[in-house]
Amino acid sequence: MSSKVSGKEPVLEIQNLCVDYGLGKESVQAVRDVSLTLHRGEVLGLAGESGSGKSTLAYGLTRLLPPPGVITGGKVIYHQPGGDPVDVLRLSDAGLRQFRWAETSIVFQGAMNSLNPVHTVASQLMDVIAAHEPKMSKSARLARAKELLKLVGISPDRLGSYPHQLSGGMRQRVMIGMALALEPQVVIMDEPTTALDVVMQRQILRQLVDLRERLGFSVLFITHDLSLLVEFSDRIAIMYGGRIVEEAPAAKLYKDPLHPYSHGLLNAFPPLRGERRELSGIPGSPPDLRSMPTGCAFHPRCPKAFDPCRTDLPLLAAPADRTEEDRTGGERTVACWLHPGA
Amino acid sequence: MTLTHTSDQPPAPPDNDTVLEADGLTKHFAVRRVGRQAMTRAPRVVHAVDDVTLTLRRGRVTALVGESGSGKSTVARLLAQLYPRTGGDIRLHGTSVTVRGGRRFRAYNRKVQMIFQDPFASLNPVHTIRYHLSRALRIHGHGGNGAAELQQALEELLERVQLTPATRYLDKFPHELSGGQRQRVAIARALAADPEALLADEPVSMLDVSIRLGVLNLLRDLKERLHLAILYITHDIASARYFADDTLVMYAGRMVEGGDSETVTQNPAHPYTQLLISSAPDPDRIVGEGTPDDTVDASGGEPPSLIDPPAGCRFNPRCPHAMDICRTELPPRLPVDGNPDHWASCWLFDAEHGPAKAESAAKAETPAETPSEVSEYSNFPGSDPPDPHETRSGSESDQGSAEGGAR
Repeated sequence: MSSKVSGKEPVLEIQNLCVDYGLGKESVQAVRDVSLTLHRGEVLGLAGESGSGKSTLAYGLTRLLPPPGVITGGKVIYHQPGGDPVDVLRLSDAGLRQFRWAETSIVFQGAMNSLNPVHTVASQLMDVIAAHEPKMSKSARLARAKELLKLVGISPDRLGSYPHQLSGGMRQRVMIGMALALEPQVVIMDEPTTALDVVMQRQILRQLVDLRERLGFSVLFITHDLSLLVEFSDRIAIMYGGRIVEEAPAAKLYKDPLHPYSHGLLNAFPPLRGERRELSGIPGSPPDLRSMPTGCAFHPRCPKAFDPCRTDLPLLAAPADRTEEDRTGGERTVACWLHPGA
Repeated sequence: MTLTHTSDQPPAPPDNDTVLEADGLTKHFAVRRVGRQAMTRAPRVVHAVDDVTLTLRRGRVTALVGESGSGKSTVARLLAQLYPRTGGDIRLHGTSVTVRGGRRFRAYNRKVQMIFQDPFASLNPVHTIRYHLSRALRIHGHGGNGAAELQQALEELLERVQLTPATRYLDKFPHELSGGQRQRVAIARALAADPEALLADEPVSMLDVSIRLGVLNLLRDLKERLHLAILYITHDIASARYFADDTLVMYAGRMVEGGDSETVTQNPAHPYTQLLISSAPDPDRIVGEGTPDDTVDASGGEPPSLIDPPAGCRFNPRCPHAMDICRTELPPRLPVDGNPDHWASCWLFDAEHGPAKAESAAKAETPAETPSEVSEYSNFPGSDPPDPHETRSGSESDQGSAEGGAR
């Protein structure tokens, strides 16, 4: 296992990934030219409304896209610890089978329903291990399953339980335990706590942060709840209309969001503390992928839109007006004509 | 201010009039006994809602906050008379009402309308918006005479929920609208009855984050213009603070705390409310402005079984301050710090049992450990002691609550 949170060593690089649904004229571009780098030991948050392409991105980079989805371009480079980088999108079937779960694992949206209801927790946990380490003895697998449950804070005597005998939060923990079974380098979490209550959500996230510090894996955390991300992730990328519109360290994004959409999203959550002020959310509704606006996809809803926004597509770049301060605490990029690149 | 058909009514009574009251409302659902249990076991019930008392006032929003399974939706359905109640009383303008369908149910739900959580499920996909709304208007006798008046009423309804121009939406099907627009149609349908009370069961939970506030602001606007009494059910206490005048907190079928929204969220008294607030996502925490988060949940965050709820206070198995009396006696509503509008069902605020406990909690706070080092599984929270004298010490927060009360 790698050591604790380290500097800037990339573990997963997404380069110009494009994903379409459907083929030919009927196709819809769900992810457009997305580049994103996940560093070792980091929690990278990916936020956006439904339909912004964040889940599609996760499925695309793990090659789990269901049929109408097609990857039309780009690369996903995975850097093995002490090995050559591999392009996940070009792996053979056998290579992919090895890669999945051992190197990256995924916790799905509504993970509580992704456990098989007719098998016990133990057999499902052991199944994962058996598939990847066939030489391991049954007793060793059972011991490992016990260890995994303990890791996520469930008492090992629940090994024989069926999923319906566990509460939603416990099922979610079992899923997280299963995702960590083979000590992967990257864990992708697609809205892992959306179906849970706030109290349970906080417990699970705290446990995750704690485990991350102990085991040193990286997390790609996908959610629509930006206020949660600000608290739990190191860096945040905001998606809108299939593109990343802003990427910045969490604290910086919270204090000084540059893209009007990030600003709007942050203002969409009423604060629990501080003065009560009138909030407005974002006017309009998310764009229809079949008829995306020209120029910046956000311009019809943007309060600050001006001429170039309607015609020219802004590219993700380090904002020229913010470089000075950004030398101190990690770089940031934004795709907005208000903050053109240097 | 209102539709044409209401303009000939007598002038409206002033705000803060009680519209709908629940008194000791109780609902138990029978548990089905399977096989041999049917012969041997005594019949068991789920104590979904026990002894809930609340008041909806004209022109005020009352929030009901709780986890899933706390019984908050059951309260809404009881108030809408969709379920028969097991015990207690529901009073509309002071008159006790019990209806089981038929004409009297219509008359009741003309006054009390409900909005459901999922606008994808609550609108019929095979009918247009025009059908949904004109049906509601006709049933409640607000359709007017003839097509022209109906059309006018429809357009006014859609304008009220800010779907303009109305003609663009009238002949659409639900699938052609976005989630936010659908929820607005659902609100318009409720308004077609010209109700006095609106029961909104998680009206924004299913919507995209960027449009939630738009719908909440619309509801608040309607409350102000039409003087509706709104019950806002939510699991998001931050939105209750934003939107509601009063907040009630529910846990495992019982009310645990209530009061002015600002007071409840800024000075939570009941340990459960404190846990709920410290669990809510708070971006200020990393930025160093918020309080460190170390409130403890000893039992691992599981609400109790409602078939066999714990004796005494239902929060006692999870409560870090639980005393002997909490395990045996049900706490009554006790005023918090002498504020008659803020109450908590917790023995910590009882003169006889509270102060001693507050001292020991204060002691637990003193050890040299910094809050960040306090283990997640330690037995006492480092902050948020339930000391009633300390919880309301800040003059700033007092001002905040006074402001909230004046709203």
